[in-house]
Amino acid sequence: MKRMISLTINGKRYDDAIADNLLLIDYLRDVRKLTGAKRGCDGGECGACSVLVDKKPHLSCITLAAMCDGAEIETIEGQAKQGKLTPLQRSFHENLGAQCGYCTPGMIMTAEALLRENPDPDEDQIKAALGGNLCRCTGFIKIVKSVQVAAKEMQ
Amino acid sequence: MNTPIKGKVAGQYVPLVDGIEKVTGRAIYTADMESEDCLIGRILRSPVSHGRIISVDTSKAEALPGVVAVVTGDDSDKTYGVIPIAMNEYPMARDKVRYRGEPIAAVCAIDAATAAAALELIEVEIEELPAYYRPADSRAEGAELLHDNKPNNIEREVSNEFGDVAAGFANSALIREAVFDCAEVNHAQMEPHAALAEYDVERDRLTLHSVTQVPFYVHLMLARCLDMDTSRIRVIKPFVGGGFGARTEALNFEMITALLARKCGGKVMMRMSREETFITHRGRPDTEVRLKIGLSETGKILAVDCEAVMAGGGYAGYGLVTILYAGALLQGIYDTPAVKYHGYRVYTNTPPCGAMRGHGTVDVRHAFECLLDRMARELGLDPFAVRRANLLYAPMRTANELMVNSYGLAECLDEVEKASGWKQRLGKLPPGRGIGMACSHYVSGAAKPVHWTGEPHAVVAMKLDFDGSVTVLTGASDIGQGSSTIVAMAAAEILGIDIGRVRVVANDSAITPKDNGSYSSRVTFMVGNAAIEAAKELSRKLREAAAQKLDADPADIECEGEVFSVRGSQQSSLNFQEVAFAALALEGTINVKGTFRTPPEAQGGKHRGGAVGSTMGFSYAAQVVEVDVDLDTGRIKVEKVWAALDCGFAINRLAVEGQIEGSVWMGMGQAMSEETRYQDGLPVHANFLDYRMPTIVDTPDIEVFIVESNDPLGPFGAKEAGEGALSGFPPAVVNAVANAIGLDVDFLPLTPDRVMDALIKARREAKKKKKVSA
Repeated sequence: MKRMISLTINGKRYDDAIADNLLLIDYLRDVRKLTGAKRGCDGGECGACSVLVDKKPHLSCITLAAMCDGAEIETIEGQAKQGKLTPLQRSFHENLGAQCGYCTPGMIMTAEALLRENPDPDEDQIKAALGGNLCRCTGFIKIVKSVQVAAKEMQ
Repeated sequence: MNTPIKGKVAGQYVPLVDGIEKVTGRAIYTADMESEDCLIGRILRSPVSHGRIISVDTSKAEALPGVVAVVTGDDSDKTYGVIPIAMNEYPMARDKVRYRGEPIAAVCAIDAATAAAALELIEVEIEELPAYYRPADSRAEGAELLHDNKPNNIEREVSNEFGDVAAGFANSALIREAVFDCAEVNHAQMEPHAALAEYDVERDRLTLHSVTQVPFYVHLMLARCLDMDTSRIRVIKPFVGGGFGARTEALNFEMITALLARKCGGKVMMRMSREETFITHRGRPDTEVRLKIGLSETGKILAVDCEAVMAGGGYAGYGLVTILYAGALLQGIYDTPAVKYHGYRVYTNTPPCGAMRGHGTVDVRHAFECLLDRMARELGLDPFAVRRANLLYAPMRTANELMVNSYGLAECLDEVEKASGWKQRLGKLPPGRGIGMACSHYVSGAAKPVHWTGEPHAVVAMKLDFDGSVTVLTGASDIGQGSSTIVAMAAAEILGIDIGRVRVVANDSAITPKDNGSYSSRVTFMVGNAAIEAAKELSRKLREAAAQKLDADPADIECEGEVFSVRGSQQSSLNFQEVAFAALALEGTINVKGTFRTPPEAQGGKHRGGAVGSTMGFSYAAQVVEVDVDLDTGRIKVEKVWAALDCGFAINRLAVEGQIEGSVWMGMGQAMSEETRYQDGLPVHANFLDYRMPTIVDTPDIEVFIVESNDPLGPFGAKEAGEGALSGFPPAVVNAVANAIGLDVDFLPLTPDRVMDALIKARREAKKKKKVSA
């Protein structure tokens, strides 16, 4: 079965006919060619596919695209404006919050949602927000620091 | 100790040159390259752990509409493997299957659903054989052999002795022996395996994009398994989402994807699930370490006797190197005058093990540091004191002919002792709290590569052209550790130019020089030195051109901040562009190269297997771990880590910090919670919920200290930084638990259930003892 969905991705509106069982990650990657959201696991375990759906972080690998009809989707590709990095992107880059970079899009999108809701999080709040985002390279030390520096920058 | 010379670029905090791509989502990994014209590949895997293949019937799958090609073991009769003398794996099983999940056949189809349906239609008949999951079972008399040429299922037995071990024990004041069980672990890099293969039928050419750490090995194995000339193959490594050793060997899916592409005459994308990525394995083997140490009254190590038994899985892989490493790196960190080692790499019916960060050393170092700590306590010595009693010096050679040219372990000990408040806090912590410490080391690149061709170990090419940019061509694989950044920094430092003028092009066999890839922490040392040599050659040409223009001696020309001037003269200067044009006018596009060869004296002893463990320089690390133990639940919380590492010289301080933090943390995963588990050979851990790596919430603060011993052969004095600290964490945490609650544990990981069992056992024994003494 196919159905029509209308949604915005990074501020741009799309009307697409999609299969009922199409996952949001496959819609983004295969249909919209936005490959920033990564698949790191077999479903809902690693957070690498995190995108914002109506400003809240969602695991796009266990979200149906059909459920996003009418939603506002934000992905890593829409973060930098006119080529200029957001404070979080800059901070992850400058503080080595990204090593191999595979978890980074999901990590930054989840942190972005946190900082919008809580511009001045303490360390425990940062850790709680990113608890579902795995990273195998950094030992998380520089990820926490990247979020802290970005938060300061944004204030 | 010399003070390393810090430059304008080297020694600074430099963000990764490919970091912008990573934070913007523009970094393209292999799985991101799927396009409309790709066929989708899928692999059929063995449902049994051990069996003889009677038949594989693919006719129904081939007849399914949408299926384009099916391949089986019949499509390649060539074995592959990372060690030239131990290649015993086929891309797809031919005669036997030796672990559950081993590839048997593969299909490519117009879409994933069709490919999955086709797998269901392949009929496989297998005669099951007895399967063994523990070394003791596969070594038992009468056990079915996994490989006909390996009696008792022992892939490699290693036996060596250096110094007079019997005399050492005879002179010892204290001798203790213990057995340590370390569970098998997996790299669990975030990016699942993937490969994209494209075959050009008209030109008989193959292009493979893959997630590899060593494109060169993949290139060789593709040529071998597909029976193609290497010149017809091109291997490209795009962005790679971590490796940690999982991808140092060519892996079955790379050959399978290529075989499918050739058979279908097109382009095939193979994206593997997390479960399949776990099954492809190559992790650190389950290892039992039996260790005996003899100490003098003052804590001097007089003799060491170690036996390691590794459950290696169904194929050879890196196995013989792993079992040799475990013995070789008993040395090179302390003064160990007499060392005996016996190692058994044993075949088991589980996915093949391989190289993993800290290759071969981690479980043996764990045993050593735990037992040394216990013995220090018995002798009434502080854990720091017993290590200081056994320090090496540099330069020296160990009993097994390993070269130690720089040695900063003493400074590492000082740093973490002071920062952790060790002296003030030891023995004064509240109940359940404890601190422990341990030391570790690792090689800066294997001095002899496994594919020994006689070529230089590393080659870096550099190009200067009309646009005034410097392009560095390297085959070194950046897998997130920052190797491309090191190469760019080396060029900028030597040339005296802005790093923004440097572009790095890496890992395309059609463009970049051959490199042995990213393993054994070789890249900074070898490729860094090659980059320095190339940059020096380019600098020489530029200085000559500048000298001509400035009418001066080239030896007097210096370049800093992109300005060429005559040393000690007020004469006018030239900018980089002017000098570049002058140099190009003389000869056109300038291409230079730099190479690195390991010196013969670094290549280890003449004894059998003596090349393994040999290196130009060892990193050294010391760490202190603080824990809180819950006696009711067995839960251990890591409160804080202080880690110091001697990396010779930190070329990129930001990356060195990141590597130390990441390696300590990975050691924490192995120590606290990670293990692979098999139920009748079926992996039951093969997802991120059951394979429990620490989350950000479980992660303590890791305070890092960089020690710089300035290695005489290292690039700018640098040694490795990415592996050495890993193996110190597990013993440090075990020693901290002993300090906290007086319980010595002999197993990894320290999961609450295991700790609780050990606590209950210890309480029972204490009770028994009390009764006896009453």
